[in-house]
Amino acid sequence: MSEQSNKPQEVTINIDGKDYQVPAGMNLIDAVKQASGKEIPHYCYHPKLSVVGNCRMCMVEMGTPMVDRGTGQPMLDEKGAPKIGWMPKPAIACASKATEGLHVRTDSPMVQECRKGTLEFLLINHPLDCPICDQAGECRLQEFATDYGRGYSRFVEHKNVKPKRTQIGPRVMLDDERCILCSRCIRFSREIAKDDVLGFVNRGSYSTLTTYPGRQLENNYSLNTVDLCPVGALTDTDFRFKMRVWFLKPVSSICTESSVGVNTQVWSREGKIYRITPRENNAVNDSWMPDSGRRLYKQVESENRLLSCKIGGAEANFGDAIAKAASLLGSEKLAIVGSAHSSVEEQFTLALLAKARGAPVYVPAHLGEGDGMLISADRCPNTRGALVTGLISALPKPKLSELESAISSGKIDALLVVREDITQAGIDAAKLAGIRIIYIGTHSNATSQAAQVVIPAPTVFERAGTFINQNFRIQKFNACVPAPAGMRAELKVISEIAQAMGVEGLDGLTVPQVWKQMTTEVQELTGLSFESIPDDGRQLQAGRFASIRFPEGPSLRYNPESTSTATA
Amino acid sequence: MSLELKPETLKKIDSIIPKYPVMRSAVLPLLHIIQEEKGYICKSAIEWVADKLGLQPINVFEVVTFYPMFRQEPIGKVHIKVCRTLSCALGGSYQTRDILMEKLACAENGTSPDGQFTVEFVECLANCGKGPVVQVDEAMHEGITPDKAAAFAESLKKQTAKS
Amino acid sequence: MAVAEKRMILKHADEPGYSPDITCYMKHGGYQMLKKALGMKPEEIVNEVADSGVRGRGGAGFPMGMKMRFLDRKSGKPIYLVCNADESEPGTFKDRQIIHKDPHQLIEGLMITAYAIQAAQAFIYIRGEMYEGARMLETAIEEARAKGFAGANIGGSNYSCEIVVHRGAGAYICGEETGLLESLEGKRPYPRIKPPFFPAVLGLYQCPTLVNNVETICNVKHIVEMGGKEYAKIGRPNNTGTRIWSVSGHVNKPGYYEFECGALTYGELIYEVCGGIRGGRKLKAVIPGGSSSKILRAGERFKGKNKDGSEFDWGIEDIPLDFDGPMAAGSMSGSGAVIVMDESTDMVEAMANINAFYAHESCGQCTPCREGSLWLRKITGRMCAGGARIEDADLLKSVADQMAGRTICAFGEAASWPVQSFIAKFKDEFVAKAQQAGNASGAAKGSGFRLIG
Repeated sequence: MSEQSNKPQEVTINIDGKDYQVPAGMNLIDAVKQASGKEIPHYCYHPKLSVVGNCRMCMVEMGTPMVDRGTGQPMLDEKGAPKIGWMPKPAIACASKATEGLHVRTDSPMVQECRKGTLEFLLINHPLDCPICDQAGECRLQEFATDYGRGYSRFVEHKNVKPKRTQIGPRVMLDDERCILCSRCIRFSREIAKDDVLGFVNRGSYSTLTTYPGRQLENNYSLNTVDLCPVGALTDTDFRFKMRVWFLKPVSSICTESSVGVNTQVWSREGKIYRITPRENNAVNDSWMPDSGRRLYKQVESENRLLSCKIGGAEANFGDAIAKAASLLGSEKLAIVGSAHSSVEEQFTLALLAKARGAPVYVPAHLGEGDGMLISADRCPNTRGALVTGLISALPKPKLSELESAISSGKIDALLVVREDITQAGIDAAKLAGIRIIYIGTHSNATSQAAQVVIPAPTVFERAGTFINQNFRIQKFNACVPAPAGMRAELKVISEIAQAMGVEGLDGLTVPQVWKQMTTEVQELTGLSFESIPDDGRQLQAGRFASIRFPEGPSLRYNPESTSTATA
Repeated sequence: MSLELKPETLKKIDSIIPKYPVMRSAVLPLLHIIQEEKGYICKSAIEWVADKLGLQPINVFEVVTFYPMFRQEPIGKVHIKVCRTLSCALGGSYQTRDILMEKLACAENGTSPDGQFTVEFVECLANCGKGPVVQVDEAMHEGITPDKAAAFAESLKKQTAKS
Repeated sequence: MAVAEKRMILKHADEPGYSPDITCYMKHGGYQMLKKALGMKPEEIVNEVADSGVRGRGGAGFPMGMKMRFLDRKSGKPIYLVCNADESEPGTFKDRQIIHKDPHQLIEGLMITAYAIQAAQAFIYIRGEMYEGARMLETAIEEARAKGFAGANIGGSNYSCEIVVHRGAGAYICGEETGLLESLEGKRPYPRIKPPFFPAVLGLYQCPTLVNNVETICNVKHIVEMGGKEYAKIGRPNNTGTRIWSVSGHVNKPGYYEFECGALTYGELIYEVCGGIRGGRKLKAVIPGGSSSKILRAGERFKGKNKDGSEFDWGIEDIPLDFDGPMAAGSMSGSGAVIVMDESTDMVEAMANINAFYAHESCGQCTPCREGSLWLRKITGRMCAGGARIEDADLLKSVADQMAGRTICAFGEAASWPVQSFIAKFKDEFVAKAQQAGNASGAAKGSGFRLIG
């Protein structure tokens, strides 16, 4: 690691009469936002995409201190202040970088006129679709027209007609009349998703966004274009016409599709989830997420959701189920199957229970092929949580062969299984009949069907907790919707079972309480609390696990080669 | 992308591509060459060119639809372009075009029902001093004022009848 | 007596017996200057061009020597030379003459320029509609290569430069230098934002590139011949050399004429050289520099101060025929295309014609030009079809004001200056159109515009 200062060089820029310090060379739109909080309205600019400067919405007045050509000295006005040479024409902020002495006016009469003009031009061929457009409520054309527009229309000609409601991919709907030709979607597909499938055809005001006839926008990142689209030209077919966005409440969560730990925003109303969108985190997923992760909320209402406790296949109440579970787990030949889908808090608690009962713990791995972007080879969100909390001490394997032979040889006769279908991990379903199984999980499967006691648990959307991603970054997720009636949190279930089994010290557990204990007992979590973890997560020191050869390859923001163990 | 091209065409294409430091630059010349042989650019041609130059079909499709000289449908045997821009219009090119369309029986889309003639109204052909100008295939005809238009149409009909 | 032409570029173009082949060209001293240039150092040639004060003749009028000096020679990237032969500015037809009648002059000028900037390769971007022109250039290049004047080891030196003739396909925006570069790279010709993509630094394939007009490059040969300082004596300061003017419209003798800069006025050009207005009619308006330039109304007075402090008070007839003259009158010389309109012209229909051109040619990349150009066309189209309103004149001006200065490239100005100037100088006609509204303006079946005198 170099010893130089990490602080980037700063320059002074003047925004509307006030001086600010910003990193040198920073994009002016970002610099103005960061320094003064002011938003320079824009459409085509995006910090992660190449700059094209075609929407002309971000025009501002710019000037630089005048310098006497002869002496090279700064010129001063009557008051002795540096004289500023203002450019007679407006300049686009997105193509400008912060340089020393740059002066910007973000709200002068010239700037206001420019914005009025640009908005008028964008609206003259724009269809009057607001009442039927999904983007309403989060549409930047609506917002900027309200904030900066002329307020009335002078256009009395015929508007251009272009193809409407074309499904350009399995998940994306295109309405060409609404398109403002900002090209964000094209640049994203070419530069980020590396699937060059979108383009403009025809010319001038008849330019139209399209895919090549016969090809579709079907890569697993296609829905990011919907997020990027400032207007309702590109929309999500799944979300189409379902709900007005101003009724939706966004809650921060983490995608459980893989160990990348994509940061998400889950949108719900009155207990029902309507869509998931990515949340910006430049250390993990930038502003993107895979399409497959967005559909994970469907599991909340899927047909095979476990909703009530069962004893021997018949419905039972919670108290009876706990009692029965505790008695069945009284065996000396107890084993525990944990999950890398459980949160750090849940894994820690399970580890405590395992230690108290002296039971071995097995966690199956779920592996797949990483896509090099935002889906890693490890399809669980919290494998490293299991390691950090001490639930396991070695990398999980897909097949639980040790457990399998232990069951076969009779060394194990009782299993507490949490969130895992062990028939997928090499345990023959027939073998399950011979042992006592308590299943705690979200959906019914071969294991839950073979279990004597089934206790339902909430999904990631219905509880709060933390996961540790592939880069050893601990990230929080929050409850977005309430769990189904009568369902208890996994922490509560474990603590009740433990109490019923006579295990001490695990009663009445909540997330903050677990943290109190974890912060003193878990090396990597020292000094942290659930509340103190920032919304974009916290980098942990992973030194303890440096020798483990994890299965993940490079992702968008993760390179297994680099020793990125710096604290945030 | 099956596209049948004559050997001379393929030879011309293969000799042009190496002239450019970057292969993509050859999109325009290749489209011109293919249109010269086939009369228009069909879908297979777009895919063939994309494949030849290591591009995606959308990249070629974007270019084809941008330029008016590239057509995606066949046109009449004789391509007549009348200039519509200011200097020629001042000389009466609008009337010339109307007369030509009428005499050559070209419908609104510009092509005659027998497929012989296509009359297109184009932008400035850079010969304004001799306007109104009419370009017939590759030949430039100057001074086709409205009063000369009917006779011009007749001469075109005679010419194509001969060939 | 009409002022005589000074045919330097077009010296041989219309001579009886002169043919475009290399034998004829060399018989008239062709390629001698290339040989002379190869004996000079490249910087020496650049200095001569800078001393000559020669300005671009494609429309922008930027000093060529300065452009050559701007080229980034430190990047290590190859330098490219591009000749802009995409003559598409309405009213302009001068480059056509050079290409079709004296192509070798362009080749020689191109090779001298290429050597002066040590270009790795040269391209001639010619408009697709000039089929014969492209063929003639290809033939000329082959002839030149055969004699060692182009291609490998030019003139026996160790400087090599291949020329590629690249045909366009019908887009005016390919005449814009960065649009041309995008088209040459095989993409949609969307002009680039400047900063950062100045061709001198990030041009063709993101390498330093010099883009110049056909006529400008031909001048380089003559500058090498007589020396920059001698060249600068032709014309007047800041307006050096000769220029080829394309005259069209309602004059008796439309055509192309080459004059020393400032040797005559617009009045002398129209009335003496071009024989006055046809049919003995009266002059109504002149577009002094291609359709993108601001229109001048007959009877208008242009007043101001010259650089030396003296005052001027001109009518159209008094404006000097050079770069600075039309600029002083509030317009520009652009590509040197003069369009003359007489009293029979309906200015609203003329405006509609021009707006239709720009709406058709707008590339569509940036909002103001894309939407504004089509809006302007729709307004004037409606006005000519009988739906004019009193407020349309002010609306046209307002829309044009919203375009100028707000676009990625100069097309925004090119589309809006005509509208601004037509409304400024002929507002009465636009208002009158509204008063006539309800009667279609005698439009012939299907055409929409009369525009015949």
